[in-house]
Amino acid sequence: MIRLSIPLRQALARLSVPVLIAAAFGTMLLGKADTVLVERSRMAVADLLAPLYAVAAEPIGAVRQVVSEAHVLLNLREESSRLREENDRLHRWQAAALALEAENALLRRQLSFVPDPAPQFRTARVVADAGGTYARAVLIATGPYLQVQKGQVALDERGLAGRVTEVGGRSARILLVTDMNSRIPVVLEGSRARAMMVGTNGARPRLQHWPSGMQPQAGDRVVTSAESATFPAGLPVGIVRIGETGWPEVELFAQLDRLDLLRIFEFGLAGILPPEAVARPDPTIRPRR
Amino acid sequence: MARQGRPASAPGLLARLDALARAAVPGVTTALGMILAAAPVGLPSILPAVGLAGVFFWSLFRPGSMPAPVAFGMGLLQDLLGFAPLGIGVLTLLLTHAAALRLRRVLAKQSFLLVWLAYCGFALLAVGIGYVLQALLAWQVPSTTPAIAQLGLTIGLYPLLAWLMACVHRAMQRAEALA
Repeated sequence: MIRLSIPLRQALARLSVPVLIAAAFGTMLLGKADTVLVERSRMAVADLLAPLYAVAAEPIGAVRQVVSEAHVLLNLREESSRLREENDRLHRWQAAALALEAENALLRRQLSFVPDPAPQFRTARVVADAGGTYARAVLIATGPYLQVQKGQVALDERGLAGRVTEVGGRSARILLVTDMNSRIPVVLEGSRARAMMVGTNGARPRLQHWPSGMQPQAGDRVVTSAESATFPAGLPVGIVRIGETGWPEVELFAQLDRLDLLRIFEFGLAGILPPEAVARPDPTIRPRR
Repeated sequence: MARQGRPASAPGLLARLDALARAAVPGVTTALGMILAAAPVGLPSILPAVGLAGVFFWSLFRPGSMPAPVAFGMGLLQDLLGFAPLGIGVLTLLLTHAAALRLRRVLAKQSFLLVWLAYCGFALLAVGIGYVLQALLAWQVPSTTPAIAQLGLTIGLYPLLAWLMACVHRAMQRAEALA
Protein backbone atom coordinates (compact mmCIF):
# COMPACT_ATOMS: atom_id res chain seq x y z
CA MET A 1 0.00 0.00 0.00
CA ILE A 2 1.26 3.45 -0.87
CA ARG A 3 1.79 5.65 2.14
CA LEU A 4 0.54 9.18 1.63
CA SER A 5 0.91 12.12 3.92
CA ILE A 6 -2.15 12.84 6.03
CA PRO A 7 -3.08 16.23 4.42
CA LEU A 8 -2.82 14.66 0.96
CA ARG A 9 -4.98 11.77 2.08
CA GLN A 10 -7.59 14.13 3.49
CA ALA A 11 -7.57 16.18 0.31
CA LEU A 12 -8.05 13.02 -1.76
CA ALA A 13 -10.89 11.87 0.48
CA ARG A 14 -12.56 15.25 0.15
CA LEU A 15 -12.13 15.24 -3.61
CA SER A 16 -13.32 11.70 -4.21
CA VAL A 17 -17.02 12.41 -3.67
CA PRO A 18 -17.33 15.30 -6.19
CA VAL A 19 -15.23 13.40 -8.72
CA LEU A 20 -17.37 10.30 -8.32
CA ILE A 21 -20.59 12.32 -8.58
CA ALA A 22 -19.27 13.70 -11.86
CA ALA A 23 -18.51 10.11 -12.85
CA ALA A 24 -22.11 9.19 -11.99
CA PHE A 25 -23.36 11.79 -14.47
CA GLY A 26 -20.82 10.35 -16.88
CA THR A 27 -22.33 6.87 -16.53
CA MET A 28 -25.77 8.37 -17.17
CA LEU A 29 -24.54 9.92 -20.41
CA LEU A 30 -22.79 6.69 -21.32
CA GLY A 31 -25.96 4.74 -20.65
CA LYS A 32 -27.88 7.07 -22.96
CA ALA A 33 -25.17 7.15 -25.65
CA ASP A 34 -24.03 3.56 -25.89
CA THR A 35 -26.90 1.17 -25.23
CA VAL A 36 -25.01 -1.78 -26.67
CA LEU A 37 -22.22 -1.39 -24.12
CA VAL A 38 -24.73 -1.14 -21.28
CA GLU A 39 -26.54 -4.21 -22.55
CA ARG A 40 -23.27 -6.15 -22.78
CA SER A 41 -22.20 -5.20 -19.27
CA ARG A 42 -25.66 -6.08 -17.90
CA MET A 43 -25.50 -9.48 -19.50
CA ALA A 44 -21.90 -9.95 -18.28
CA VAL A 45 -23.07 -9.29 -14.70
CA ALA A 46 -26.05 -11.57 -15.19
CA ASP A 47 -23.88 -14.34 -16.63
CA LEU A 48 -21.48 -13.99 -13.72
CA LEU A 49 -24.30 -14.27 -11.20
CA ALA A 50 -26.35 -16.96 -12.94
CA PRO A 51 -24.62 -19.87 -11.11
CA LEU A 52 -25.10 -18.07 -7.79
CA TYR A 53 -28.80 -17.66 -8.50
CA ALA A 54 -29.01 -21.31 -9.51
CA VAL A 55 -27.59 -22.27 -6.09
CA ALA A 56 -29.92 -19.89 -4.29
CA ALA A 57 -32.93 -21.12 -6.28
CA GLU A 58 -33.45 -24.15 -4.01
CA PRO A 59 -33.84 -22.32 -0.67
CA ILE A 60 -35.80 -19.51 -2.32
CA GLY A 61 -38.06 -22.09 -3.94
CA ALA A 62 -38.58 -23.68 -0.53
CA VAL A 63 -39.59 -20.33 0.98
CA ARG A 64 -42.00 -19.68 -1.86
CA GLN A 65 -43.41 -23.18 -1.46
CA VAL A 66 -44.13 -22.58 2.23
CA VAL A 67 -45.85 -19.26 1.51
CA SER A 68 -48.03 -20.68 -1.25
CA GLU A 69 -48.80 -23.76 0.89
CA ALA A 70 -50.08 -21.50 3.65
CA HIS A 71 -52.27 -19.68 1.13
CA VAL A 72 -53.65 -22.97 -0.15
CA LEU A 73 -54.47 -24.21 3.34
CA LEU A 74 -56.24 -20.97 4.17
CA ASN A 75 -58.39 -21.02 1.07
CA LEU A 76 -58.97 -24.77 0.84
CA ARG A 77 -62.74 -24.73 1.10
CA GLU A 78 -63.27 -21.78 -1.23
CA GLU A 79 -60.84 -23.23 -3.72
CA SER A 80 -62.52 -26.61 -3.85
CA SER A 81 -65.96 -25.14 -4.51
CA ARG A 82 -64.47 -22.91 -7.19
CA LEU A 83 -62.74 -25.88 -8.78
CA ARG A 84 -65.91 -27.96 -8.75
CA GLU A 85 -67.79 -25.19 -10.50
CA GLU A 86 -64.95 -24.69 -12.98
CA ASN A 87 -64.77 -28.42 -13.62
CA ASP A 88 -68.46 -28.50 -14.54
CA ARG A 89 -67.95 -25.62 -16.91
CA LEU A 90 -64.86 -27.21 -18.45
CA HIS A 91 -66.73 -30.47 -19.01
CA ARG A 92 -69.26 -28.57 -21.05
CA TRP A 93 -66.44 -26.87 -22.95
CA GLN A 94 -64.73 -30.16 -23.55
CA ALA A 95 -67.84 -31.49 -25.24
CA ALA A 96 -68.02 -28.33 -27.36
CA ALA A 97 -64.32 -28.54 -28.21
CA LEU A 98 -64.57 -32.17 -29.28
CA ALA A 99 -67.50 -31.36 -31.53
CA LEU A 100 -65.64 -28.40 -33.02
CA GLU A 101 -62.48 -30.43 -33.51
CA ALA A 102 -64.39 -33.04 -35.45
CA GLU A 103 -66.06 -30.38 -37.54
CA ASN A 104 -62.73 -28.64 -38.10
CA ALA A 105 -61.07 -31.82 -39.26
CA LEU A 106 -63.94 -32.39 -41.67
CA LEU A 107 -63.69 -28.89 -43.11
CA ARG A 108 -59.91 -29.08 -43.38
CA ARG A 109 -60.16 -32.28 -45.34
CA GLN A 110 -62.43 -30.54 -47.81
CA LEU A 111 -60.15 -27.49 -48.15
CA SER A 112 -56.85 -29.41 -48.25
CA PHE A 113 -55.66 -26.97 -45.58
CA VAL A 114 -51.94 -27.00 -44.72
CA PRO A 115 -51.66 -26.71 -40.94
CA ASP A 116 -48.94 -24.62 -39.24
CA PRO A 117 -46.09 -26.75 -37.94
CA ALA A 118 -46.26 -27.36 -34.20
CA PRO A 119 -43.92 -24.82 -32.58
CA GLN A 120 -40.78 -25.99 -30.79
CA PHE A 121 -40.18 -24.79 -27.30
CA ARG A 122 -37.62 -25.13 -24.53
CA THR A 123 -38.30 -24.58 -20.88
CA ALA A 124 -36.08 -22.30 -18.82
CA ARG A 125 -36.03 -21.45 -15.14
CA VAL A 126 -36.60 -17.89 -14.00
CA VAL A 127 -33.67 -17.09 -11.70
CA ALA A 128 -33.98 -13.41 -10.92
CA ASP A 129 -36.26 -10.43 -11.04
CA ALA A 130 -34.36 -8.16 -13.40
CA GLY A 131 -36.76 -5.25 -13.42
CA GLY A 132 -36.15 -2.86 -10.59
CA THR A 133 -38.63 -0.23 -9.54
CA TYR A 134 -39.65 1.15 -12.91
CA ALA A 135 -39.35 -1.88 -15.19
CA ARG A 136 -40.78 -5.36 -15.45
CA ALA A 137 -38.31 -7.97 -16.58
CA VAL A 138 -36.99 -11.34 -15.44
CA LEU A 139 -33.74 -13.19 -15.92
CA ILE A 140 -33.75 -16.81 -17.09
CA ALA A 141 -30.88 -19.27 -16.82
CA THR A 142 -29.83 -20.64 -20.19
CA GLY A 143 -26.87 -22.73 -21.10
CA PRO A 144 -25.28 -24.77 -23.84
CA TYR A 145 -28.36 -27.00 -23.97
CA LEU A 146 -30.69 -24.04 -24.36
CA GLN A 147 -29.89 -21.55 -27.06
CA VAL A 148 -32.03 -18.45 -26.83
CA GLN A 149 -32.20 -15.68 -29.39
CA LYS A 150 -33.31 -12.14 -29.19
CA GLY A 151 -36.94 -11.69 -30.13
CA GLN A 152 -38.10 -15.16 -29.13
CA VAL A 153 -41.41 -15.37 -27.34
CA ALA A 154 -41.77 -16.49 -23.73
CA LEU A 155 -44.96 -18.03 -22.37
CA ASP A 156 -45.68 -19.41 -18.96
CA GLU A 157 -48.00 -22.38 -18.66
CA ARG A 158 -51.07 -20.23 -19.29
CA GLY A 159 -50.26 -17.47 -21.72
CA LEU A 160 -47.94 -14.87 -23.16
CA ALA A 161 -45.42 -13.52 -20.64
CA GLY A 162 -42.89 -11.52 -22.66
CA ARG A 163 -40.09 -11.66 -25.14
CA VAL A 164 -36.35 -12.10 -25.04
CA THR A 165 -34.57 -8.75 -25.26
CA GLU A 166 -31.01 -9.43 -24.13
CA VAL A 167 -29.01 -12.59 -24.45
CA GLY A 168 -25.82 -13.53 -22.63
CA GLY A 169 -23.78 -16.68 -22.41
CA ARG A 170 -25.56 -18.23 -19.45
CA SER A 171 -28.61 -16.07 -19.03
CA ALA A 172 -31.16 -14.04 -20.95
CA ARG A 173 -33.40 -11.17 -20.02
CA ILE A 174 -37.09 -11.24 -20.77
CA LEU A 175 -39.05 -8.01 -20.99
CA LEU A 176 -42.49 -8.77 -19.58
CA VAL A 177 -45.62 -7.56 -21.37
CA THR A 178 -46.48 -5.41 -18.34
CA ASP A 179 -43.34 -3.29 -18.78
CA MET A 180 -43.81 0.31 -19.77
CA ASN A 181 -41.76 -0.22 -22.93
CA SER A 182 -43.70 -3.25 -24.08
CA ARG A 183 -45.97 -2.90 -27.11
CA ILE A 184 -47.69 -6.04 -28.33
CA PRO A 185 -49.94 -6.19 -31.40
CA VAL A 186 -53.06 -8.12 -30.42
CA VAL A 187 -56.38 -9.16 -31.88
CA LEU A 188 -59.67 -9.26 -30.00
CA GLU A 189 -60.90 -12.72 -30.73
CA GLY A 190 -64.59 -11.92 -30.87
CA SER A 191 -64.59 -8.96 -33.25
CA ARG A 192 -61.20 -9.62 -34.96
CA ALA A 193 -60.39 -5.98 -34.23
CA ARG A 194 -56.67 -5.23 -34.01
CA ALA A 195 -55.23 -3.23 -31.15
CA MET A 196 -51.98 -2.53 -29.33
CA MET A 197 -51.43 -3.83 -25.82
CA VAL A 198 -49.33 -1.25 -24.00
CA GLY A 199 -47.57 -2.05 -20.73
CA THR A 200 -47.97 0.39 -17.85
CA ASN A 201 -45.78 -1.31 -15.21
CA GLY A 202 -49.05 -2.20 -13.48
CA ALA A 203 -50.55 -5.67 -13.36
CA ARG A 204 -52.85 -5.06 -16.33
CA PRO A 205 -51.58 -3.63 -19.62
CA ARG A 206 -53.88 -1.26 -21.50
CA LEU A 207 -55.39 -1.58 -24.94
CA GLN A 208 -54.86 1.26 -27.39
CA HIS A 209 -55.38 2.08 -31.06
CA TRP A 210 -58.35 -0.15 -31.82
CA PRO A 211 -60.31 0.66 -35.00
CA SER A 212 -63.02 3.25 -34.47
CA GLY A 213 -66.39 1.81 -33.65
CA MET A 214 -64.92 -1.44 -32.36
CA GLN A 215 -64.63 -0.58 -28.67
CA PRO A 216 -63.21 -3.60 -26.79
CA GLN A 217 -65.86 -5.14 -24.58
CA ALA A 218 -65.22 -6.60 -21.15
CA GLY A 219 -64.81 -10.36 -21.43
CA ASP A 220 -63.36 -10.41 -24.97
CA ARG A 221 -60.48 -12.84 -25.33
CA VAL A 222 -57.23 -11.24 -26.46
CA VAL A 223 -54.69 -13.15 -28.58
CA THR A 224 -51.50 -12.06 -30.33
CA SER A 225 -51.57 -10.79 -33.87
CA ALA A 226 -49.02 -11.67 -36.52
CA GLU A 227 -49.07 -8.03 -37.66
CA SER A 228 -45.43 -7.15 -36.93
CA ALA A 229 -44.03 -10.59 -37.80
CA THR A 230 -42.58 -10.84 -34.30
CA PHE A 231 -45.36 -12.92 -32.78
CA PRO A 232 -47.24 -15.79 -34.30
CA ALA A 233 -50.98 -15.20 -34.44
CA GLY A 234 -53.27 -16.62 -31.82
CA LEU A 235 -51.10 -16.99 -28.71
CA PRO A 236 -53.35 -16.62 -25.67
CA VAL A 237 -52.80 -13.27 -23.93
CA GLY A 238 -55.73 -12.48 -21.66
CA ILE A 239 -59.23 -11.15 -21.26
CA VAL A 240 -60.47 -7.58 -21.65
CA ARG A 241 -61.53 -5.87 -18.44
CA ILE A 242 -62.67 -2.29 -18.09
CA GLY A 243 -60.35 -0.52 -15.66
CA GLU A 244 -61.28 1.99 -12.98
CA THR A 245 -60.66 4.87 -15.36
CA GLY A 246 -62.94 3.34 -17.96
CA TRP A 247 -60.01 2.40 -20.15
CA PRO A 248 -59.99 -1.18 -21.48
CA GLU A 249 -57.25 -3.27 -19.90
CA VAL A 250 -56.10 -6.84 -20.35
CA GLU A 251 -56.24 -9.29 -17.49
CA LEU A 252 -53.36 -11.58 -18.42
CA PHE A 253 -53.59 -15.34 -18.39
CA ALA A 254 -49.92 -15.52 -17.44
CA GLN A 255 -49.20 -15.18 -13.72
CA LEU A 256 -46.41 -12.68 -13.99
CA ASP A 257 -46.08 -12.16 -10.24
CA ARG A 258 -45.02 -15.75 -9.67
CA LEU A 259 -43.11 -16.87 -12.70
CA ASP A 260 -40.82 -19.80 -12.11
CA LEU A 261 -40.64 -21.60 -15.43
CA LEU A 262 -40.99 -20.05 -18.86
CA ARG A 263 -41.44 -21.75 -22.20
CA ILE A 264 -39.25 -20.10 -24.83
CA PHE A 265 -40.79 -20.64 -28.25
CA GLU A 266 -38.98 -20.77 -31.52
CA PHE A 267 -41.61 -19.98 -34.09
CA GLY A 268 -39.21 -19.91 -36.99
CA LEU A 269 -40.02 -16.29 -37.70
CA ALA A 270 -36.37 -15.74 -38.57
CA GLY A 271 -37.34 -17.19 -41.92
CA ILE A 272 -39.73 -14.31 -42.48
CA LEU A 273 -37.50 -11.58 -41.10
CA PRO A 274 -34.04 -11.30 -42.61
CA PRO A 275 -31.88 -13.62 -40.45
CA GLU A 276 -29.48 -10.88 -39.34
CA ALA A 277 -32.38 -8.83 -37.99
CA VAL A 278 -32.90 -11.51 -35.36
CA ALA A 279 -29.29 -12.33 -34.60
CA ARG A 280 -27.77 -8.87 -34.23
CA PRO A 281 -28.55 -6.57 -31.31
CA ASP A 282 -31.62 -4.72 -32.42
CA PRO A 283 -31.96 -1.24 -30.89
CA THR A 284 -35.48 -0.87 -32.27
CA ILE A 285 -36.90 -3.68 -30.18
CA ARG A 286 -37.82 -1.67 -27.12
CA PRO A 287 -39.00 1.71 -28.31
CA ARG A 288 -41.48 0.47 -30.88
CA ARG A 289 -43.59 2.78 -32.90
CA MET B 1 -11.90 11.62 10.44
CA ALA B 2 -10.68 10.04 13.66
CA ARG B 3 -8.17 7.34 12.87
CA GLN B 4 -7.22 4.72 15.37
CA GLY B 5 -3.57 4.65 16.35
CA ARG B 6 -1.61 1.70 15.07
CA PRO B 7 0.04 -0.66 17.56
CA ALA B 8 3.74 0.04 17.97
CA SER B 9 4.99 -3.19 16.40
CA ALA B 10 4.35 -3.78 12.70
CA PRO B 11 1.33 -6.09 12.30
CA GLY B 12 2.03 -9.56 10.96
CA LEU B 13 0.63 -10.96 7.74
CA LEU B 14 -2.29 -12.74 9.41
CA ALA B 15 -3.27 -9.64 11.36
CA ARG B 16 -3.18 -7.63 8.14
CA LEU B 17 -5.27 -10.19 6.28
CA ASP B 18 -7.68 -10.15 9.18
CA ALA B 19 -7.98 -6.37 9.07
CA LEU B 20 -8.38 -6.43 5.31
CA ALA B 21 -11.15 -9.02 5.54
CA ARG B 22 -12.86 -6.97 8.22
CA ALA B 23 -12.64 -3.84 6.09
CA ALA B 24 -14.21 -5.71 3.18
CA VAL B 25 -17.18 -7.05 5.15
CA PRO B 26 -19.54 -4.05 4.74
CA GLY B 27 -19.09 -3.82 0.98
CA VAL B 28 -19.23 -7.56 0.39
CA THR B 29 -22.29 -8.19 2.58
CA THR B 30 -24.16 -5.26 1.02
CA ALA B 31 -23.36 -6.49 -2.50
CA LEU B 32 -24.38 -10.04 -1.58
CA GLY B 33 -27.60 -8.80 -0.03
CA MET B 34 -28.39 -6.82 -3.18
CA ILE B 35 -27.73 -9.83 -5.40
CA LEU B 36 -29.95 -12.06 -3.28
CA ALA B 37 -32.63 -9.34 -3.18
CA ALA B 38 -32.90 -9.63 -6.96
CA ALA B 39 -34.05 -13.24 -6.65
CA PRO B 40 -37.67 -13.74 -7.67
CA VAL B 41 -39.79 -14.19 -4.56
CA GLY B 42 -42.93 -12.58 -5.92
CA LEU B 43 -42.41 -9.34 -4.01
CA PRO B 44 -41.85 -5.99 -5.68
CA SER B 45 -38.16 -5.30 -6.05
CA ILE B 46 -36.40 -4.91 -2.71
CA LEU B 47 -33.02 -4.40 -4.36
CA PRO B 48 -32.84 -0.57 -3.99
CA ALA B 49 -34.02 -0.86 -0.38
CA VAL B 50 -31.14 -3.19 0.48
CA GLY B 51 -28.60 -1.04 -1.34
CA LEU B 52 -29.70 2.19 0.32
CA ALA B 53 -29.83 0.66 3.80
CA GLY B 54 -26.35 -0.84 3.39
CA VAL B 55 -24.73 2.34 2.13
CA PHE B 56 -26.47 4.49 4.75
CA PHE B 57 -25.68 2.24 7.71
CA TRP B 58 -22.03 1.64 6.89
CA SER B 59 -21.37 5.26 5.88
CA LEU B 60 -22.74 6.25 9.26
CA PHE B 61 -21.13 3.69 11.55
CA ARG B 62 -18.06 2.47 9.67
CA PRO B 63 -17.18 5.08 7.05
CA GLY B 64 -13.66 3.69 6.71
CA SER B 65 -15.10 0.52 5.19
CA MET B 66 -17.66 2.27 2.97
CA PRO B 67 -15.65 4.89 1.07
CA ALA B 68 -17.14 6.76 -1.86
CA PRO B 69 -15.76 4.39 -4.54
CA VAL B 70 -17.46 1.44 -2.81
CA ALA B 71 -20.74 3.38 -2.72
CA PHE B 72 -20.23 4.06 -6.42
CA GLY B 73 -19.71 0.35 -7.02
CA MET B 74 -22.88 -0.51 -5.09
CA GLY B 75 -24.82 1.94 -7.24
CA LEU B 76 -23.39 0.48 -10.43
CA LEU B 77 -24.31 -3.01 -9.25
CA GLN B 78 -27.86 -1.86 -8.52
CA ASP B 79 -28.17 -0.33 -11.99
CA LEU B 80 -26.71 -3.34 -13.76
CA LEU B 81 -28.94 -5.79 -11.86
CA GLY B 82 -32.05 -3.84 -12.80
CA PHE B 83 -33.44 -2.63 -16.08
CA ALA B 84 -33.49 1.08 -15.25
CA PRO B 85 -31.37 3.65 -17.09
CA LEU B 86 -27.74 3.48 -15.96
CA GLY B 87 -26.54 6.01 -13.38
CA ILE B 88 -29.64 6.43 -11.22
CA GLY B 89 -28.48 4.05 -8.49
CA VAL B 90 -24.94 5.40 -8.72
CA LEU B 91 -26.01 8.98 -8.11
CA THR B 92 -28.56 8.28 -5.36
CA LEU B 93 -26.22 6.01 -3.41
CA LEU B 94 -23.30 8.43 -3.76
CA LEU B 95 -25.42 11.34 -2.54
CA THR B 96 -26.69 9.20 0.34
CA HIS B 97 -23.11 8.32 1.23
CA ALA B 98 -21.96 11.94 1.13
CA ALA B 99 -24.90 13.20 3.18
CA ALA B 100 -24.60 10.41 5.75
CA LEU B 101 -20.91 11.21 6.09
CA ARG B 102 -21.73 14.87 6.73
CA LEU B 103 -24.32 14.05 9.36
CA ARG B 104 -22.49 11.23 11.08
CA ARG B 105 -21.09 13.37 13.90
CA VAL B 106 -24.68 14.12 14.93
CA LEU B 107 -26.45 10.95 13.93
CA ALA B 108 -24.06 8.21 15.08
CA LYS B 109 -24.69 9.08 18.75
CA GLN B 110 -28.48 9.08 18.50
CA SER B 111 -30.90 6.33 19.43
CA PHE B 112 -32.09 3.84 16.83
CA LEU B 113 -35.46 5.55 16.50
CA LEU B 114 -33.93 8.91 15.60
CA VAL B 115 -31.55 7.29 13.11
CA TRP B 116 -34.52 5.55 11.54
CA LEU B 117 -36.37 8.85 11.35
CA ALA B 118 -33.38 10.43 9.62
CA TYR B 119 -33.25 7.42 7.32
CA CYS B 120 -36.89 8.07 6.38
CA GLY B 121 -35.79 11.48 5.13
CA PHE B 122 -32.90 9.92 3.22
CA ALA B 123 -35.24 7.33 1.70
CA LEU B 124 -37.72 10.00 0.66
CA LEU B 125 -34.99 12.01 -1.03
CA ALA B 126 -33.41 8.96 -2.67
CA VAL B 127 -36.71 7.70 -4.05
CA GLY B 128 -37.61 11.22 -5.18
CA ILE B 129 -34.29 11.68 -6.97
CA GLY B 130 -34.68 8.23 -8.51
CA TYR B 131 -38.17 9.11 -9.74
CA VAL B 132 -37.09 12.42 -11.26
CA LEU B 133 -34.03 10.89 -12.92
CA GLN B 134 -36.10 8.02 -14.26
CA ALA B 135 -38.56 10.51 -15.75
CA LEU B 136 -35.73 12.58 -17.26
CA LEU B 137 -33.63 9.72 -18.61
CA ALA B 138 -36.50 7.70 -20.03
CA TRP B 139 -38.29 10.93 -21.08
CA GLN B 140 -41.58 9.50 -19.87
CA VAL B 141 -43.39 10.17 -16.62
CA PRO B 142 -43.50 6.88 -14.67
CA SER B 143 -46.49 6.10 -12.48
CA THR B 144 -46.07 6.98 -8.81
CA THR B 145 -47.31 3.68 -7.38
CA PRO B 146 -43.99 1.80 -7.72
CA ALA B 147 -42.15 4.78 -6.25
CA ILE B 148 -44.45 4.81 -3.22
CA ALA B 149 -44.13 1.04 -2.87
CA GLN B 150 -40.36 1.39 -3.02
CA LEU B 151 -40.40 4.11 -0.39
CA GLY B 152 -42.54 1.96 1.92
CA LEU B 153 -40.27 -1.04 1.42
CA THR B 154 -37.13 1.02 1.91
CA ILE B 155 -38.37 2.47 5.19
CA GLY B 156 -40.05 -0.70 6.41
CA LEU B 157 -37.12 -3.00 5.76
CA TYR B 158 -34.58 -0.77 7.49
CA PRO B 159 -35.09 -1.99 11.08
CA LEU B 160 -34.52 -5.62 10.05
CA LEU B 161 -31.51 -4.81 7.87
CA ALA B 162 -30.08 -2.43 10.48
CA TRP B 163 -30.45 -5.09 13.17
CA LEU B 164 -28.53 -7.58 11.02
CA MET B 165 -25.86 -5.04 10.17
CA ALA B 166 -25.61 -3.94 13.81
CA CYS B 167 -24.91 -7.56 14.79
CA VAL B 168 -22.10 -7.69 12.23
CA HIS B 169 -20.83 -4.30 13.37
CA ARG B 170 -20.71 -5.38 17.03
CA ALA B 171 -18.97 -8.64 16.15
CA MET B 172 -16.37 -6.64 14.21
CA GLN B 173 -15.90 -4.25 17.13
CA ARG B 174 -15.34 -7.19 19.48
CA ALA B 175 -12.79 -8.64 17.08
CA GLU B 176 -11.04 -5.29 16.88
CA ALA B 177 -10.93 -5.01 20.66
CA LEU B 178 -9.26 -8.42 20.82
CA ALA B 179 -6.76 -7.69 18.07
